[in-house]
Amino acid sequence: MSWVIALRRIVAPASSNRLIVFSVTMLVAITILAIAGPLLSPHSHFATNLDGRLQLPTLAGWHLFGTDELGRDLFVRTLQGTRVTLLVAIVASAVSFVIGVSYGAIAGFVGGKTDAIMMRIVDVMYALPYIFFVILLMVVFERSLVLVFIAIGAVNWLDMARIVRGQTMSLREKEFVDAARLFGVSRTAIIFRHILPNLLGTVVVYLTLTIPQAILMESFLSFLGLGVQEPDASLGTLVNAGVGQMEQAPWMLLVPATLLALMLFCFNFLGDGLRDLADPRKQK
Amino acid sequence: MLRYALKRVVGAIPTLFLVVALAFLMVRAAPGGPFDSERVLPPEVAANIQRAYHLDESLPQQFLRYLSGVLHGDLGPSFRYSDYSVGELIRASFPLSARLGILALLLALIVGIAAGLVGAIRRDTFTDRVVSAVAMTGVSVPVIVIAPVLVLVFAVQLGWVPAGWSGGRDVARWILPVIALALPQIAFIARITRSSMIDVLESEFIRTARAQGLQTATIIRHHAMKPALLPLLSYLGPAVVGLITGAIVVEKIFGIPGLGYLFVQGAQNRDFTLILGLVILYGTLIVVFNLAVDLLYGVLDPRIRRR
Repeated sequence: MSWVIALRRIVAPASSNRLIVFSVTMLVAITILAIAGPLLSPHSHFATNLDGRLQLPTLAGWHLFGTDELGRDLFVRTLQGTRVTLLVAIVASAVSFVIGVSYGAIAGFVGGKTDAIMMRIVDVMYALPYIFFVILLMVVFERSLVLVFIAIGAVNWLDMARIVRGQTMSLREKEFVDAARLFGVSRTAIIFRHILPNLLGTVVVYLTLTIPQAILMESFLSFLGLGVQEPDASLGTLVNAGVGQMEQAPWMLLVPATLLALMLFCFNFLGDGLRDLADPRKQK
Repeated sequence: MLRYALKRVVGAIPTLFLVVALAFLMVRAAPGGPFDSERVLPPEVAANIQRAYHLDESLPQQFLRYLSGVLHGDLGPSFRYSDYSVGELIRASFPLSARLGILALLLALIVGIAAGLVGAIRRDTFTDRVVSAVAMTGVSVPVIVIAPVLVLVFAVQLGWVPAGWSGGRDVARWILPVIALALPQIAFIARITRSSMIDVLESEFIRTARAQGLQTATIIRHHAMKPALLPLLSYLGPAVVGLITGAIVVEKIFGIPGLGYLFVQGAQNRDFTLILGLVILYGTLIVVFNLAVDLLYGVLDPRIRRR
């Protein structure tokens, strides 16, 4: 019950903000297109056609976005790539969400020495230049999608842990937690039923800001050839392929680049909008 | 101040050690050795290669050898370019990347701060909305999109500047890479400057200055500027990370033979020692830069030192 109330507290004000509604609608539309689009097209994302290379976008052969240097249909490839990009973003954010929230909640709720040691570890890890370790990981090990998930997710949880810890520490002192304790509710139940639902707002705001970071990192890795591997595609690999063909076939660059930018734009707008809603100073 | 500085410097040492140790261990954890190939080598040759690269020693021994090498500025031989040491490769490419990075940072600071200040001072006007919208775009659109689109429009379509590195004259070929690298940072800097200037302009000491009848221009120049620009200092750390990763993309797209290009080449060739050396170099640069920012912050803002 407490979870439903907490969720309603976020959705109600957000649904009256035009930018947030626009971003969410856009993202939902892109997601649906990415899932359903490839099923509706007669082409597959890996079938090559050497007679139909670098075709301009046409309605006739159902090559809505044209074809690439191997004659593969770009419409399907772009949507397939969007699927992979979205998947990486969601799984990586979920990984960072699970690690970050539990780590932060435990540190904040237990407090004392445990908290000091746990946060000291976070401080040390904070100072490390992560992106290079992720790259190193991708260079050294066999590249696979699972490794991309883990590498990006394992990097992004530090901020989440810090924020959740701070919030938990202030919530721990509230009267309703004292009341629950007085009734003999166990510590685990207090964390899950009383503290975490109250953190939901902050966590959701933070999560919408983590997703674009994950997308950014995945596209960066894939662009360098270190992320998703052929014949699979992500928006990063498609942009990379487009760079190679931009003089003969500029659409190969422009289509995935626009979609990537649009997605990041919407996620950033959503995150900014939600953060402003949560910030009492910004309310007029 | 001295105590604060000493604490910061000492605090950075374990981080640096951790950077080297983690990177070293990660490379050593790689499945398969660097000399595994299709061709089966005679055992004597294989043993000789192992000995030449000290791969026959125990892991702690190898680590200590590498660490002492790093401390002496020796990053070992490159696995792929067997005639060169990693240090030589890095020294040859460093000046280009440094120049690219410094030019981009300067451009980003000048344009970003100017745009942010204009947005804050003309708050909620048409100009401010334009600045905010452009900055939001700059924050959202990644370098891997900005850089190739700039090439497509200004080099391929309009032909104003050369598309690649080798064919161009000296000034012309720097223009697009520097702009492509600076654009996202301009956006971040403009956003930070704008919001912090707005916060400062709403604070009480500025209200007092207004009440004393000072002109807006005077207030901004003499009272608001310093506290408003202070938050930028702490953004310089992330900015440098952004510039380094951005430079990897920009150098790849424009074919600039700098560190980023070397990095991409090394990653594709699985040149472990080269990548290890570059990761350590990048890591050290970032840790040292963050340290410098911390110390500068301590000098400019005495409140920090007491914590």
